[in-house]
Amino acid sequence: MAPHELRRPFKRPAISDQQKRRDLSLIRQEKNRLDAQRHARFLASTVLSLQPPADSEIITDSNPSPEQEFELVEEGIEALELDVRQAAKLKGTEARRWFAKQLMLPEWMIDIPDRLCHDWYVLARPAGKRCFVVSSNGTTVSRLRNGTLLHRFPSSLPSGARNKGNSSSQSYCILDCIFHELDQTYYVTDMVCWAGFSLYECTAEFRFFWLNSKLVETGACDPPSVYHKHRFSLPTVYNCDQAGLHASYTQPTSYVKDGLLFYNKHAHYQTGNTPLALVWKDANCSQYVIDTDSKGQILDQQQVVLALQENGKLTTSDEPPVEFGCLDMEFIQKSGLQTGDLLKFSVSDRGLCFTDGKLEKADIQFISKSNRARAFADSFSKIMFQHMVRHSPLQIEDLFASITSSAVKDKEVTDEEMAD
Amino acid sequence: MAMEITQFLLNAQSADANVRTEAEGKLRLFQEQNLPSFLLSLSCELSNNEKPIESRRLAGIVLKNSLDAKDATRKENLAKHWVSIDISIKAKIKELLLSTLGSSVLEARHTSAQVIAKVAAIEIPRKEWPELIGSLLSNMTDPNKPAPLKRVTLETLGYVCEEISHHDLVQDEVNSVLTAVVQGMSVGEYGPEVRLAATRALYNALDFAQTNFENEMERNFIMKVVCETAVAKEQEIRQAAFECLVSIASTYYEVLEPYMETIFQLTSNAVKGDEEAVGLQAIEFWSSICDEEIELQEYEGFESVNSTPAHSCFIEKSLPVLVPMLLETLLKQDEDQDQDDTIWNVSMAGGTCLGLVARTVGDRIVSLVMPFVEANILKTDWRAREAATYAFGSILEGPSVEKLTPMVNSGLEFLLNAMKDGNSHVKDTTAWTLSRIFELLHNPSSEFSLISPANLQRILMVLLESTKDAPHIAGKVCSAIYFLAQGYEDDDASSSVLTPYLPDIITCLIATADRPDGNESKLRISAYETLNEVVRSAKLPETAQIITQLLPVVMNKLGQTVEFQIISSDDIEKRGDLQALLCGVLQVIIQKLSSAEETKQVILQAADQIMLLFLKVFSCRSSTVHEEAMLAIGALAYAVGHEFGKYMSEFYKYLEMGLQNFEEYQVCAVSVGVVGDICRALDDKVLPYCDGMMTHLLKDLSSNELHRSVKPAIFSCFGDVALAIGEHFEKYIGYAIPMMQGAAQICAQIDDSDEEMVEYGNQLRRSIFEAYSGILQGFKSAKPDLMTPHATHILQFVELVSKDMRRDEYVTRAAVAVLGDLADAFRSNAKILFKDHSFYNMFLEECLESDDEQLKETAAWTQGMIVAAFSL
Repeated sequence: MAPHELRRPFKRPAISDQQKRRDLSLIRQEKNRLDAQRHARFLASTVLSLQPPADSEIITDSNPSPEQEFELVEEGIEALELDVRQAAKLKGTEARRWFAKQLMLPEWMIDIPDRLCHDWYVLARPAGKRCFVVSSNGTTVSRLRNGTLLHRFPSSLPSGARNKGNSSSQSYCILDCIFHELDQTYYVTDMVCWAGFSLYECTAEFRFFWLNSKLVETGACDPPSVYHKHRFSLPTVYNCDQAGLHASYTQPTSYVKDGLLFYNKHAHYQTGNTPLALVWKDANCSQYVIDTDSKGQILDQQQVVLALQENGKLTTSDEPPVEFGCLDMEFIQKSGLQTGDLLKFSVSDRGLCFTDGKLEKADIQFISKSNRARAFADSFSKIMFQHMVRHSPLQIEDLFASITSSAVKDKEVTDEEMAD
Repeated sequence: MAMEITQFLLNAQSADANVRTEAEGKLRLFQEQNLPSFLLSLSCELSNNEKPIESRRLAGIVLKNSLDAKDATRKENLAKHWVSIDISIKAKIKELLLSTLGSSVLEARHTSAQVIAKVAAIEIPRKEWPELIGSLLSNMTDPNKPAPLKRVTLETLGYVCEEISHHDLVQDEVNSVLTAVVQGMSVGEYGPEVRLAATRALYNALDFAQTNFENEMERNFIMKVVCETAVAKEQEIRQAAFECLVSIASTYYEVLEPYMETIFQLTSNAVKGDEEAVGLQAIEFWSSICDEEIELQEYEGFESVNSTPAHSCFIEKSLPVLVPMLLETLLKQDEDQDQDDTIWNVSMAGGTCLGLVARTVGDRIVSLVMPFVEANILKTDWRAREAATYAFGSILEGPSVEKLTPMVNSGLEFLLNAMKDGNSHVKDTTAWTLSRIFELLHNPSSEFSLISPANLQRILMVLLESTKDAPHIAGKVCSAIYFLAQGYEDDDASSSVLTPYLPDIITCLIATADRPDGNESKLRISAYETLNEVVRSAKLPETAQIITQLLPVVMNKLGQTVEFQIISSDDIEKRGDLQALLCGVLQVIIQKLSSAEETKQVILQAADQIMLLFLKVFSCRSSTVHEEAMLAIGALAYAVGHEFGKYMSEFYKYLEMGLQNFEEYQVCAVSVGVVGDICRALDDKVLPYCDGMMTHLLKDLSSNELHRSVKPAIFSCFGDVALAIGEHFEKYIGYAIPMMQGAAQICAQIDDSDEEMVEYGNQLRRSIFEAYSGILQGFKSAKPDLMTPHATHILQFVELVSKDMRRDEYVTRAAVAVLGDLADAFRSNAKILFKDHSFYNMFLEECLESDDEQLKETAAWTQGMIVAAFSL
């Protein structure tokens, strides 16, 4: 009697390892193909914006003893591969400097952008430490603006803690945050990478939309727990119209405010100084409008930090740099200063003269080398803002006025069109 | 216009090959030159009682093959040809066929019945043979027609019903056909031969009888007659009736309730007292009921209660009587059933059914079976001990782990002892039971782990010792080791309790594979395949040294095969089989060791020698390549990366050979996969080989001979090539893209009701997307504009797929990725493209809401790319 065609295998479970080998090969090939395509996708979308400036000074160090704190980042962030590999070879200061360059640095608002109420968001900036939060391979690390490590902790961000179901190595996140000491909370002000996907080339509009829809979903905004040491929170982002500006300026927040942040809706995340993100402060919304010394005392004279160039020129951190003066070579030698040093100067009252918005003359006196923790010279906009604060500040009324006049202008345009 | 072809038909069956070939050639020529006349001549031959039976038989076969084929495209073509033949010739042929039913020669009648069904299959749905049914029915109703004619008429009706749907006829005709068939089954109406033919006709007509089964009165009548027939005097008729019941069980499960009591009596009697052939069908009835209920249970999770057909719980209700009946069958073993793979008897069918019952009712089976196990397991009669073990082994799937684990824990030691039973049947079934225990219940990471450090040593001692037993027993012992090892494969732990025993296990498996009687009961295969699983489940780095040491052992064995003395073709086959097994082991070792950076070095160091071995294995054959060696080379290429380039000049010809192997499509498929591996390993260094590889891949795609399952892999492979060589893919575009567009069109025409085709369509679409992704990415940095002419087509294709509810998650992921690739490649130009195809918004939304993390990620990336494109 012939065996039943369907039932026969029951007592004879012929292990078919050949099929298993084929299947496993197919699975491997499939995975390799996905990886290859994925790799190609990311090369394109991140390298452009993430490539560190070709400053030879930061890549030349060949000492292969990366600080332990970098290992994790090195393993975790595949998409940043090229850059992170280079970064991992760097020693402490220079490594920190490299990381510091990955943040987008808003310029200070020294004049009001044209279409403020159309193209911009506004939010109340939390007071605290500006930092990069990176979650990968089961840990979350935060780094200050100058690149130094702030915290290493478990979090509910994708791949942010070593608990089950959160372990995809592909999946990592980079958030732009402000750490608010008082409630030990990270306030997320921007999203750079999420779950392995780069948002560098996305507009702020998209980044905020994504941030809002994704962050809560992961539980990162939940109260702290074993696998989630710090709470994350989202400042409310408003359209910069009358109501939005009013709300961000006056509404009470769960955090201490430190000025207002403005984001151009169409701008991509751009590392370094950018005029498409702006910060503005006055005494109503910030304790720190005018620079203070280490004791919190307002300084008699404005102080600026400038970088010393090879030819003795003193420049800001902008690209291209703005020149504020020049030190003579004799002085440089005598004081033991070197190219690249960051130097502190005081600005005499009314020491900055402008013609047509351009700096014409700066009356500055050398004080000392700046604190080692500084990574950058001041930006032109910062110096300008501080200068204006002391003399003719840009006030909240000016901002409201700009919005109102813009609305009026719009109306006029519409009226004209209708008249045509 | 009919021709005399008797001599050709006879010559075509000649023992002399020359005569045969010539006659076949003439017949083919005739067929090609004048199909109508050819078919007419064949039917004349078939119908002519003066002609020799040999030529009539062949005429019938050729006629049948001119109307129907297994291959769907060919079948369709044949039907077209038939339809286009002049109506008067077709009428003549049909008349001849019908008249042959009345022939005095049984074989001619029988052949004609089959041919008529094939004509009916073409013509009845087209309403081109309306008089057929009436003509056949008149054979039945006319009392003067002889019994042989009635018999062959019933046969014909059965075949016709099998070919057509009841929708092709008006309901009156359907009713008349079934009435004729059921009447033929009734006692006393005609002789036993007609009754048998009628019962078999009903079997063929069961699907056709759908409307009648929906009507309670008609159903009652049909069932009554079937049940009566199941107790006919003649064994063949009883068997045919039970076959009907088996088919009814799966086709009309939901209306069986009123008849179950009767059927239970019938099957029970048949199992206990009837001939084996009838008993087997009776058991099969219950197995089919289990199949239905298992499917319903699995279905329940997905469908709402309302749309689920009623689960009648027949098995649960029958348990108290069904289980004892099945247990009894277990005692009816054949003496030599373990040595002979072709045996299927009542005890095996009974055990199989018991296993299905266990899967149907779960925990409830346990208390019904265990008393039988306990009562028989210690008896002196081997049949009792074997039956008890078989029963125990059969119920290991279905009941909950909680229920089974304590039982198995307390029985494990007994089973291990039984591996030394004096009877080989008992040992065989014990080994099978152990292997099922490890397959189904051994889960180291769960709380119900069967294996503890304490009993593992004992288990392995017994198993390794038993690999020395008779081949059929040793083979099952290997399975047990396979599943024991498999338990640790998916375990995330970095260390395995198996590690200390690994050297002994490996030594023992190799010794088993080396046994002189290793080819009996596929023992050698089992031993090597178990070795594979042992290697796969081994934990690195703790077993790095052990596996590193295994590598030269296996390489050495493979090297020896090349030196084998070859005298006969049998030797060649044996060597090929052994090489396959050893290449398989090598592949697994390569994959294992290259999976960790620490051990990858071992492979890199041995790569030259391994590759040399594979090349020697290839050279053992002249015209075909070795699938397993090819598979292993893919793993090697992945491991060595760029370095693989140095082997290409030697290896390339075998790769070409593999790509051209249409007949063994698995070999071709594996070779296509290796092309992908090589592209990823060599990147742009693969360029010099691309012309050749692309030519073969394109030829493969256009071949009708090549099994269709290989084709999706080829499209994916286009993507691999394009990604590797970037802008250099430009010259293949003119060939590759039309193929991809053609395949996309085929996808759109796929029959939705054919599950298998739907799945194939999904594979195909996914692979086309993967090809586009590879090409778009490959061109992106240098020549994105090359794809501009195809962008709209791609978007339309994605749109079509996005609206197809039958796409699977892989297609969806690949489709959404292509959208992102388009946006990424065309940057600001993508804006215009996407503006006209706003479907992507909804599609992305769907993907972003998915539970599939990977899909969500891909969709998010794509959304980012599109948003970026719009903001440029």
